[in-house]
Amino acid sequence: MLSIKNLTKIYDGGVKALNDVSFDVPQGEFLAVIGLSGSGKSTLLRCINRLIEPTDGDIFWEGMNIAKANDDELRLVRRRIGMVFQHFNLVHRSSVLTNVLSGRLGYVNPAMSVFNRFPKSDIENAMKQLERVGIADKAHHRADELSGGQQQRVGIARAMMQNPAIILADEPVASLDPVLAHSIMQYLEKINKEDGVTVLCSLHFLDLVHRYADRVVALNNGQLMFDGKPDEIDDEKFKEIYGREAERVG
Amino acid sequence: MKKKRTLLHSLGVGLAVVLALVAYAYGFQVTKVDLAETKSEHRQEQLTRILRALAHPQLFEYDTEDHMVSLPVMVPCPDAGFEAPTPTDTSEPYITMTPACAEPRAKVMIEGFNFEPYGTGPINFLPNGSDVNLQIGKIEADENGHFEVEVRLSNRPSEEVQEIQAITRTKVGAPRWTQTARDTWDKIVETVFLALLATTFGTLLAIPLSFIAARNLMKDVKNSLLGMSLAILFIPVGAYIGILISKWLSTLSQNLTSSTLLTFVGFVLGAVITWWGIRREMNRDEDSIANQKIARGLEMLVIGLIGVLTSYLLSALAMNVGEYLSEHLGSLGFLGRFIRDLGDILGMAIGVMTALTGAGILSGFASKSALKLNRKADGVIHILQIVLTAAAGAFLFWLIALVLNWFYQYNNYQALYWWAVILGGLGGLALGIFTKPRQTMPTGLVVYFAVRTVFNAIRSIEPLVWAIIFVVWVGIGPFAGSMALALHTIAALGKLYSEQVENIMEGPLEAIQSTGANRLQTIIYGVIPQVVPPYVSFTMYRWDINVRMSTIIGFAGGGGIGFLLLQNINLLNYRAASAQMLAIAIVVAAMDYISSAVRERYV
Ligand SMILES: Nc1ncnc2c1ncn2[C@@H]1O[C@H](COP(=O)(O)OP(=O)(O)OP(=O)(O)O)[C@@H](O)[C@H]1O
Ligand SMILES: [Mg+2]
Repeated sequence: MLSIKNLTKIYDGGVKALNDVSFDVPQGEFLAVIGLSGSGKSTLLRCINRLIEPTDGDIFWEGMNIAKANDDELRLVRRRIGMVFQHFNLVHRSSVLTNVLSGRLGYVNPAMSVFNRFPKSDIENAMKQLERVGIADKAHHRADELSGGQQQRVGIARAMMQNPAIILADEPVASLDPVLAHSIMQYLEKINKEDGVTVLCSLHFLDLVHRYADRVVALNNGQLMFDGKPDEIDDEKFKEIYGREAERVG
Repeated sequence: MKKKRTLLHSLGVGLAVVLALVAYAYGFQVTKVDLAETKSEHRQEQLTRILRALAHPQLFEYDTEDHMVSLPVMVPCPDAGFEAPTPTDTSEPYITMTPACAEPRAKVMIEGFNFEPYGTGPINFLPNGSDVNLQIGKIEADENGHFEVEVRLSNRPSEEVQEIQAITRTKVGAPRWTQTARDTWDKIVETVFLALLATTFGTLLAIPLSFIAARNLMKDVKNSLLGMSLAILFIPVGAYIGILISKWLSTLSQNLTSSTLLTFVGFVLGAVITWWGIRREMNRDEDSIANQKIARGLEMLVIGLIGVLTSYLLSALAMNVGEYLSEHLGSLGFLGRFIRDLGDILGMAIGVMTALTGAGILSGFASKSALKLNRKADGVIHILQIVLTAAAGAFLFWLIALVLNWFYQYNNYQALYWWAVILGGLGGLALGIFTKPRQTMPTGLVVYFAVRTVFNAIRSIEPLVWAIIFVVWVGIGPFAGSMALALHTIAALGKLYSEQVENIMEGPLEAIQSTGANRLQTIIYGVIPQVVPPYVSFTMYRWDINVRMSTIIGFAGGGGIGFLLLQNINLLNYRAASAQMLAIAIVVAAMDYISSAVRERYV
């Protein structure tokens, strides 16, 4: 169970990107985070693994407060939380396999990894993860030779190498066409259903939310506006989340 | 309204032009621009002479053969008149004088036939009863080997028949390299290798430094005051212990290295043990280690000590073998000397590495302790923080006082130390009292600014000036030059590299960080792959600069071809200087070509 309590983030410029946000996520849930652009979705997800330092509030997980963890503890937390990015964030000049293996960096012996050596079991696991997302044949290509959809699958494989309890996906399909979007979302769904990994996924399209999410939280201007099942979002709620002028499409 | 503004604008422009004129006029004055000087006949003649000499680099020489043709003459004409003997063979070179006899100092015509086409040489007058040759004219034969020249006879009257000689010099055999050419070759080789060494060492040191001079990597490095104080207290101690250990092992190894065979056996044994230990260490994964920390620490310590000892043995071995080879390899002796020097460098490097390792281990220990202490209650942390910060402040200021005293050699240095300790202690105390417990300090940024400042300071002093300093230290020669260039290279490349690190894509870096990678892993997996192309490109660019610099670093005594060039210019030996300039031009052009080819391939 991931439990977020009174989380607040004020950026250096004074922008209040998160304002006293609290909610719980039971283990194994597929949670969608929605909201207008600039509402604080990315900030929320990135606070959970402390890529952004929260200004105030707590994040409890497995008996620890992530928001207050020191550097060593944070590394142990981070290695159990995979992250998938809108722009994939692969290391372009490295091979696909190296990108996937880098998901193990929190686990392997640091001295060993300096020389780009990984245990055999990790390499086998990496090939298995690549097979799972259907691009095992690309393992030795450079990452930037892959198409966007393929790159995102590498991103998912990398997150899965962490043996994660949680995956944070920040608009994982926003740079992809609708068909690819569904295929990526299906991988996330599979990971969620088969491996019992909690997925927190920010999304822009409500049809994707309805199709994949167990539950939705909505942000508006840094505030939690809605927390419930996808089909509880009626027209009234929709207008609260997206503003009065918004038109519902799809 | 509008008109006024344009008027004002024009006035402004006018003023700017006047100011610019004044600035340039002043510039001309201080640089002593003197156009009359450039036009004076004397100067132009000199320029022509130099340019002609430069156009004839002294590269080849030939064996020469003198051809001498002589003609009996009478000066003055005897009363009986004088008829020159007709040449025996008109197909051989011969000369005639018209008239055949004349008064001293009279002008006569000398004509020559059948000489070497375009042959040149002197026409000499050989007076009777003396061994001197008086040159009275010059031969400049045309394409048929014919010449005609008006000369004035010498003032050496005699009753006897005297002689005029025409001498031409022809080149025989194949061209040979001149001594100048050979010296130039030696020095240009030295120049290229000077640049190579400087670039290699400069690059090797600039790469790690560039990461701590990159803002984006350093801005997240933050420590609590407690951690900082512990680090200040522990790191110098660690370095000191490291130095002590390396000294101890160095003497130990010297006792062991009485015979080369023993050294070799010791080295092999040590290498096997170290290798085995490292393998054993690496094959453990991180989680299984946590429970047996002390045993593991001791084991690593022992392996580390054996490793250092082994390295010392290797260094001694290399020096012995190198010495032997340099004596027995003859012309390849430089390979032996190279091995010996490598051994020497290794010996010095071990000391530095051990000190760094000691500092690193204790700094890790400090940060671990800080993490532990920071879990205690606020009050406890605050008290600890006050005590430790005061101690760290005192210690830091004491170290600074040591350095100051080293530079300035104060008379009353004891007092200086006391003042430093008291001031530092008080400063630390104040900082400790007024800082909230667990508040983080931007140590990374402090280091970043410090390294950048040092880079900029070193970079702003030209390698030529550095060369002067190193010449004072290690003497005139290429060693001083390569150190000067290497130092400048570290600073210049460190800055260029770190700017590239600051330009990398943030996304992949975050992705690597979010997997739980530590800092070193983040750099290796997230940063390095992104900066390889610009690093290669900048290294080649620097190599180019270093070759160019090394050609003139000799001006300041830094070795290489510059010294030779300067010498020849000072001796007005422009034809030799021209050979050296030609060599520089060829080498620089070649390096330029090679470096751009490499850059193209990698970028
Ligand atoms: N590094 C930063 N410094 C200052 N302000 C920031 C920073 N990052 C984001 N913000 C501000 O914080 C607010 C929330 O941004 P955030 O990126 O979390 O929104 P988002 O919901 O992810 O938007 P999008 O859907 O466009 O990705 C915005 O107003 C943004 O301008
Ligand atoms: Mg976003």
